[in-house]
Amino acid sequence: MPRLRRLFLSALAALLLVFSFTRDVAAQALGDHQYTSAAIEAGSRVYTSECALCHGANGDEEDAINLRLGQFRRAQSDQDLRDVITGGIGGGRMPAFDLQPDELVGIIAYIRAGFDASGVAVKVGDAARGEELFGGDGGCASCHRVNGRGPYLGPDLSDIGAIRTPAALQRALLDPDAALRPIDRPIRAVTRDGETIRGRRLNEDTYTVQLIDSQQRLISLVKADLTEYEVGSTSDKRPTTLSADAVADLIGYLLTLRGIR
Amino acid sequence: MNRFQRAATAGVFALLALGAAVNAGAQVPYERILNAADEPENWLTYHGSYSSLRFSTLSQITTENVTDLESKWVLQNQVFGAWQSNPIVVDGIMYITERPNDVMAVDAVTGRVFWMYRHTNDEAAAVCCGANNRGVAVLDDKVFMGTLDARLIALDRTNGQPLWDIEVADVNQAYSITMAPLVVKDKVLVGVGGGEFGIRGFIAAYDADTGEEAWRFYTIPGPGEPGHETWEGDDWEHGGAPIWLTGSYDAELNLTYWGVGNPGPDWNPGQRPGDNLYSDAVIALNPDTGELDWYFQFTPNDGYDYDAVQVPLLVDMEWEGEARKLMLWANRNGYFYVLDRTDGEFLSGTPFVKVNWSSGLDENGRPIQTPQPAGAPTWPGNQGGTNWYPPSYSPRTELFYFAAWEDYATIYEPEESVYREGRMFLGGGFRVLSPTEGAPTIGIGRSTPINNWTDAVGHGSVIAMDPRTGEAKWKYDQFDVSDSGMLTTETNLLFTGGREGYFHALDARTGELLWKASLGAQIVMAPITFMVDGKQYVSVISGHTLVTFGLRD
Repeated sequence: MPRLRRLFLSALAALLLVFSFTRDVAAQALGDHQYTSAAIEAGSRVYTSECALCHGANGDEEDAINLRLGQFRRAQSDQDLRDVITGGIGGGRMPAFDLQPDELVGIIAYIRAGFDASGVAVKVGDAARGEELFGGDGGCASCHRVNGRGPYLGPDLSDIGAIRTPAALQRALLDPDAALRPIDRPIRAVTRDGETIRGRRLNEDTYTVQLIDSQQRLISLVKADLTEYEVGSTSDKRPTTLSADAVADLIGYLLTLRGIR
Repeated sequence: MNRFQRAATAGVFALLALGAAVNAGAQVPYERILNAADEPENWLTYHGSYSSLRFSTLSQITTENVTDLESKWVLQNQVFGAWQSNPIVVDGIMYITERPNDVMAVDAVTGRVFWMYRHTNDEAAAVCCGANNRGVAVLDDKVFMGTLDARLIALDRTNGQPLWDIEVADVNQAYSITMAPLVVKDKVLVGVGGGEFGIRGFIAAYDADTGEEAWRFYTIPGPGEPGHETWEGDDWEHGGAPIWLTGSYDAELNLTYWGVGNPGPDWNPGQRPGDNLYSDAVIALNPDTGELDWYFQFTPNDGYDYDAVQVPLLVDMEWEGEARKLMLWANRNGYFYVLDRTDGEFLSGTPFVKVNWSSGLDENGRPIQTPQPAGAPTWPGNQGGTNWYPPSYSPRTELFYFAAWEDYATIYEPEESVYREGRMFLGGGFRVLSPTEGAPTIGIGRSTPINNWTDAVGHGSVIAMDPRTGEAKWKYDQFDVSDSGMLTTETNLLFTGGREGYFHALDARTGELLWKASLGAQIVMAPITFMVDGKQYVSVISGHTLVTFGLRD
């Protein structure tokens, strides 16, 4: 990369950093994104009286559905669940339920909490809106790759919905530093001839380190050949400034990413 | 690029910080594979090039300095069992598989791993001879691997993420894939194993971008197709004829060449009368359409498991005063063949080991079969005079090098077999001829450091064959047999190994031993060579260990 352009990029990166720090002030409380424990508890009672007869105490009595593990036939978002409950489905196989608004919220909270009355229930929004956010305002697609598209800077998310719970996804968005896996920590290395290499760590041992650099090349460095070597402990990503609803939508989308099989 | 920064270049993303993700340019386009000979620093396909010569023009390691080779790094397999895989090297990154279907991207200088992909096989996956995988193919930004449960998977070359994953054949019928796929143009060609399970063999081509099947060629013709008359009744439905080794490609003729495996059931030819086409044949297929251009059958109605699963070596040389496009082939049945690869014309065939299943070949190359009486030994034995171990041809010496099994015979015991889906379909059994009844004999692979069968039941040799005469220019004898492939270089080096765990360099001109390293366990693959940052390396796998050698600094 020409020297000038590198300078320009560093300046730009510094700017972005300052910018994102100022926006951090608006960081959100977890509560905006989750159902209250009172709702979960109330939901457990409604579930037992209204739902358990067909779905079973563990939510797995119906084919291809496991409510406790968040596996549904078609529904993805909380709104989808609401529609199924209030409208019925399957040509009358599941009737429409006429519930009070807080009962409805309670059932969804209880399902999202994994049937754990003292658990955490993350709001799951609309996947289609989430997908738009992923490529747009959420800024996700500038680092993450999904199903063969996008950059390699952050971890590939093609199957993230299959390997992360909604709560873990939410944590990653609201508190990226806490969610950053140690192996993914950013590397900064300066070679003997003065070149600075930045990237995401892929593998490391006593004498060498493997990373994907900011130009998305796989690089193996011998530590003895470096004059400086640093492993950052914070993510390049700052806490999201999206609204609670938008975060729920994004989680809704991420949960649909379940790999190619 | 400085000397300690080796990169899988090409994908340059300077604009990323501005939020404009630019897609990586194609890194290994077809043209690079086609012209692999122009970049000897890389090893771009299973055989290194479409002509499958396994000859490298790298010349840093020579007959003079080969004794200065030292181990630069070692990669240990995490899974027990024979490690038959053949590495591919692209711009300083090595792609290697391990059992059953793991793929790793490895820094070719330090041996450290960038990423690993693990495929979990269906529980129904069945193979005759070990959970083997022989490697991957690359095209553009993708890596392709066939799996034991008969799937074909495309991975992102940069991070190992699966991009598509498709079923090639039904695992419940014991179809499997052990070979490295071959990429031709925009397609990925792969054949299936299962010749011991009564499959109906085929090779198919898939769109490299999507995994969509482009064509499929059955190695056993169906009703109405030419060749179907070489089978009786419904024998063709379970007649085997797998393709489990990577073939070759002649771009000028636009033909791919594939060795086809044994008919089934293996050892009872009486149960499947007829020539059993295209078992034990070489087939020439158009890579765009899968259309058969010509075939040549080495062993009609085979009763000895003489798969023609060897590598077609494509050599242009003068033959009886005329420049010809030849195919050199040392066959499992004990004969060395020279064919014209434009049309499959038989030019010559000579036995390279003791042969008694046939008394010779007629003018068309068809064997005159001489089946031995019940209980009498057949030469060569069941594993053959040679087998799938990739040979090499050196344009420098004009010799063809391969691993032969000498003085090795088998007594066949044919029986009627009933086909049952997914089960072995063998037609009896065999035992290896030994001077002492019940003594240990040679099997598939080696699992003990003690050679308690000894050379009394067979031994290996490297044969340097002069294709013009069918005579060995020289032979290099080994005490145990060998399943190692060959690598030759511009500098007249021949690298190979064997079951004893020695990796050795011979003078390709004379067979003189120049250097050896005792690596301690069987070598059941073919060594490769490559260059990074101006240094030549040679990689070989022994036991569970991949060792990369380079000259002492």
